[in-house]
Amino acid sequence: MPGWRGAEAMLEIGGLHKSFGGVHALAGVDLRVDEGEIVSVIGPNGAGKTSFFNVVTGLYPPDGGDIMFEGRSIVGLESSEITEAGIARTFQNVRLFLNMTVLENVMVAQHCRTRAGAFRAVLRTPFLRREEAEIETRAKETLAFFGTRLVGYRFDQPALSLSYANRRRLEIARAMATRPKLLLLDEPVAGMNPRETAELTGLIRKLREERGFTVVVIEHDMRVVRDVSDRVIVLDHGVKIAEGSYDDVSSNEAVIEAYLGGS
Amino acid sequence: MTGFDLRRSLRWGSIAGAVMVFTCAVGLFEAFEDRLLVYPFLSLGHVLLLWFLPLAGYQATNEPVLEGMEAPSKGLHNVVAGLVAGLAGGIVMGVFTVVVDALDVRDVFVRLSVRLVDLLTHGWGVPGGLVLIVAVPALLGMAGGMLHLVSASARRRLILALEWALVVALLEQVFSQVLRQIRLGAVGDIIFTRRALEWWAALAVAALVALLSERARGGVGRIRGYLFAADAARRTRNSIWSALAVLAFLIVLPQLLGSLLSELLANVGLFLLMGLGLNIVVGLAGMLDLGYVAFFAVGAYTVGVLTSPISPRFDLEWSWWAALPVAILMSVVAGVLVGTPVIRMRGDYLAIVTLGFGEIVRILFLSDWLAPTFGGAQGVRNVPGIPVGVAEIRGSQPVGVLYFAFGLVLVAAWVSWALQESRLGRAWTAIREDETVAAAMGINVVRAKLNAFIVGAILAGLGGALFAAKVGSIFPSSFELLVSIIVLVVVIVGGMGNIPGVAVGAVLLIGVLGGPTQPGLLAEFAEFKLLIYGALLVFMMLRKPEGLLPSVRRSRELRGEELSQDAWLDRPSGDVEVDARLAGG
Repeated sequence: MPGWRGAEAMLEIGGLHKSFGGVHALAGVDLRVDEGEIVSVIGPNGAGKTSFFNVVTGLYPPDGGDIMFEGRSIVGLESSEITEAGIARTFQNVRLFLNMTVLENVMVAQHCRTRAGAFRAVLRTPFLRREEAEIETRAKETLAFFGTRLVGYRFDQPALSLSYANRRRLEIARAMATRPKLLLLDEPVAGMNPRETAELTGLIRKLREERGFTVVVIEHDMRVVRDVSDRVIVLDHGVKIAEGSYDDVSSNEAVIEAYLGGS
Repeated sequence: MTGFDLRRSLRWGSIAGAVMVFTCAVGLFEAFEDRLLVYPFLSLGHVLLLWFLPLAGYQATNEPVLEGMEAPSKGLHNVVAGLVAGLAGGIVMGVFTVVVDALDVRDVFVRLSVRLVDLLTHGWGVPGGLVLIVAVPALLGMAGGMLHLVSASARRRLILALEWALVVALLEQVFSQVLRQIRLGAVGDIIFTRRALEWWAALAVAALVALLSERARGGVGRIRGYLFAADAARRTRNSIWSALAVLAFLIVLPQLLGSLLSELLANVGLFLLMGLGLNIVVGLAGMLDLGYVAFFAVGAYTVGVLTSPISPRFDLEWSWWAALPVAILMSVVAGVLVGTPVIRMRGDYLAIVTLGFGEIVRILFLSDWLAPTFGGAQGVRNVPGIPVGVAEIRGSQPVGVLYFAFGLVLVAAWVSWALQESRLGRAWTAIREDETVAAAMGINVVRAKLNAFIVGAILAGLGGALFAAKVGSIFPSSFELLVSIIVLVVVIVGGMGNIPGVAVGAVLLIGVLGGPTQPGLLAEFAEFKLLIYGALLVFMMLRKPEGLLPSVRRSRELRGEELSQDAWLDRPSGDVEVDARLAGG
C-alpha cells in the first residue's frame, strides 16, 4: 500500500533491552513504525513479542534502549501516561473488566480523554451531564464498529456473559475508546474460527482506513499476517532476525530456521 | 425404611449437641434463662439452647431437589432420622451435664457451675433430670424431621410464624414503645407480661403471620416489579416516588419512637455515615482500609478542640458550623497523609499498613506530647451541641440528633451514588477488577485511589464531627481499632458496593446488636456482642459473601441474559433503526 510509507516515524525504538533473571526477553531490538502503517510482529513462542508490547506500554520498565513516540521519549512514563500519549493495546489473554457491562468497559476507557472530577460528579453540573452523555454516545459508536455483535441489549450485559470472540472484539473496542494513534493488538484472532478470523482481518484494515489508527499486530495466524501487513518484523530470542514484506520474510532463511527449530 | 442414613443423622445430632454445649459453656443459656419470651414457659435462654435441634432434625434428611430428578419420597424415615438426630444431640448434652455435675471445672470454664446443672435438669438433679435433657432434644429433632411431611408452603408459613412470634417477643421494648406513642399503650400492657409475650398473644401473632404470609409474598414481588421496572423512564419515576415515601417515613419515624429508640437510630445513622464512606474505599475502589477510625477521630477532635470552652490549648469557642469546614479540611489532610504512602500497596499489605496508621493516630491523641492540645487521656470535654436556629442539637435530645444524622446520611448517600455513577466511579470499579489493565487503559491509578481515600476520609470526618457534638466529650478510648472493624463488618454483612446494603447492615448490626460502645435493641446481649459479630461474619463469609443486599450489578448478572434479550427484541422498531445506523458506522 504505497502512500503510507515515507511519512513521519510514529514509533522509533533503539536497542531495547529487557531481561527477567537470566532470560533476555528483549536483547537489543531496533524498530520503526511509520504513521499509517500496519506492521505485524511474528516469531516463535518465547521470542519476546508480548514482552515487547509490555515494555512499550510501560507495564515493565526497559533495562536499556530508548522508545520514541512521535519524537518524544516515553521511557519511564507510567502506563496510564503512555496511553494518554496515544498508545493503546489489547492483551494476549483477554483481560476485560468482567463484572462491568459491555458499555461500561468502553466508557471507562475514555477516562484519560475526559475531565469531570469528584466535585462536578457530586454537584451534577451541566458540564458533567454533557460529558457523560458524550462518553456514552462515543462508547456506543465505538461498539458499532463491530457491526451488530456488541450493540443493543449487549450494552448492559456484563462482559463475562460474552463469547470468546466477542470478548476479543470488546477488548479492541476498549482500546479504540482511549482514542490512540497507535494500536497494539496482541494475537487478536487467537481462538477464533475461520469465519470470525476473516471478519476480523477485514476490521483490522478498517481500523486504519476508517479510523486512521496505526496498527502493530502480534499474530501467529500467517494468513492474517499476509492479508493485513504492510511490513512484517520477525523476532527470535529477543532479537529482530528479519524485516520486510510478507513475501520477503516468508522466504527468508533465518526465519524458516527459527520456526523449524534448526540449531 | 429407605433413605434413612444413620451416620448422617448422628452427624447432625452431634453438631446440635456441640451447639448446645457451646451455648452453655459461654454462658449464653444461663444469662438469658430468666428472660421470658413467651409467658409463662419459654425463655430466651431455652430458645438459644435449643434452636438448632429442629434444624438438625430437618437437615438430617434434607436433600436438594434438582430439576429432572425424582423428588425423594417422604415418610416415616424423615421422622425417625429427625428423632435419631435429636436423640444424639440430647445424649451429647446428657453426657455433658453428667461431666459438669461430677467434675468441678469452674477453674477453667467459669460458666459451668452447679446452677447451670440445676437449670438444665429443671431442678430434678442429675439422674432424674437426664430424662428431660435427652427427651426434649429428641422431641425437637423429631419435630424438625416431621417438617418434611407438610407441604413446602405450609412449612414456610409455619417457620415464618414462629420467627415472627419470637421477634415480637424479643423486641417487646420497641413494640410497646410504638404502641404507647400512638396511644395504644393499653394494648401493650395486655399482650406483654414481665417483658414477655403472653402465650395466647404469641399464638395470635403466629396465626396472623401464617395467614398473611402468602399475601405479603405477593406484595414483595409487586414492590420489586415496581422498583426494577424494565422501562427505564418508569423505573426512574418509581424510584423517585419510593425515595419520597422513605423520606416521609424517616420524618415520621422519630415521632413514633421514644427518645431511647431515637438514640439507637441516631447511632445507626452515625455508623451508616461511616459505613457509606468506607464503602467507597472498600466496596468501590477495593482498598481494604483497617484504619478508618483515624479519620473519624480527626473529625471529632477537630470539632472538639475548636468548639469546647475548656479546650486544653485554644480558647476559640467556635460554633459547630464554623468548625465543620475545618474538620473536613483536616480529614482531607489526614487522608492525603495516610493515603500517599500506602496507596501503591495492594491487598493485605494495604490492610496491615492502614491498621498501623489507625493505631498511630489514636496513640498520638493519647500521648503526652500532644496532651497540651488534645488533653491526652482526659480528652476534650464540654463540646457544645449543634446550633440550629434557636434550638441546639445535642446528645440529651436524641430526636434532634436523629434528624440531623438522617440529613447527613442523605448527603453521604447522594455523594456515594453520584460518584459511583460518574467517570471516577467507573475508574474505581475498573481498578478493583484489574489494576494493571486499568492503568493500561489510561486511568491514573494512584490519583483515583487517593480520591477514594479522601472522599472516605471526609465522610468519616463528618461522622466524627457529629459524634463530638452528640457525645459532648471525646476520649482516645472512643477510637479503638474495634470501631474500624465494626464499620467494616457493617459494610460486608450489608453488601459491599451497595448503598441500601450498607443501610441494612447498619440497622441490623448497630441498631439491633449495638456498636462498639453503643447499646442496641438487644442490649441484653451486650456481653456477647463480639461473639455474635464474629459468628455472623464467619457465617456470611461462608454462605453469602456478597452480603445481605448485594449490588444491583451482581443481581442483574444472576438474572441472566435472556431477560434482557427479550426486552430488547420487544422494543418499538424505531430504536432498532437507530442501532442499525450506529452499526453502519
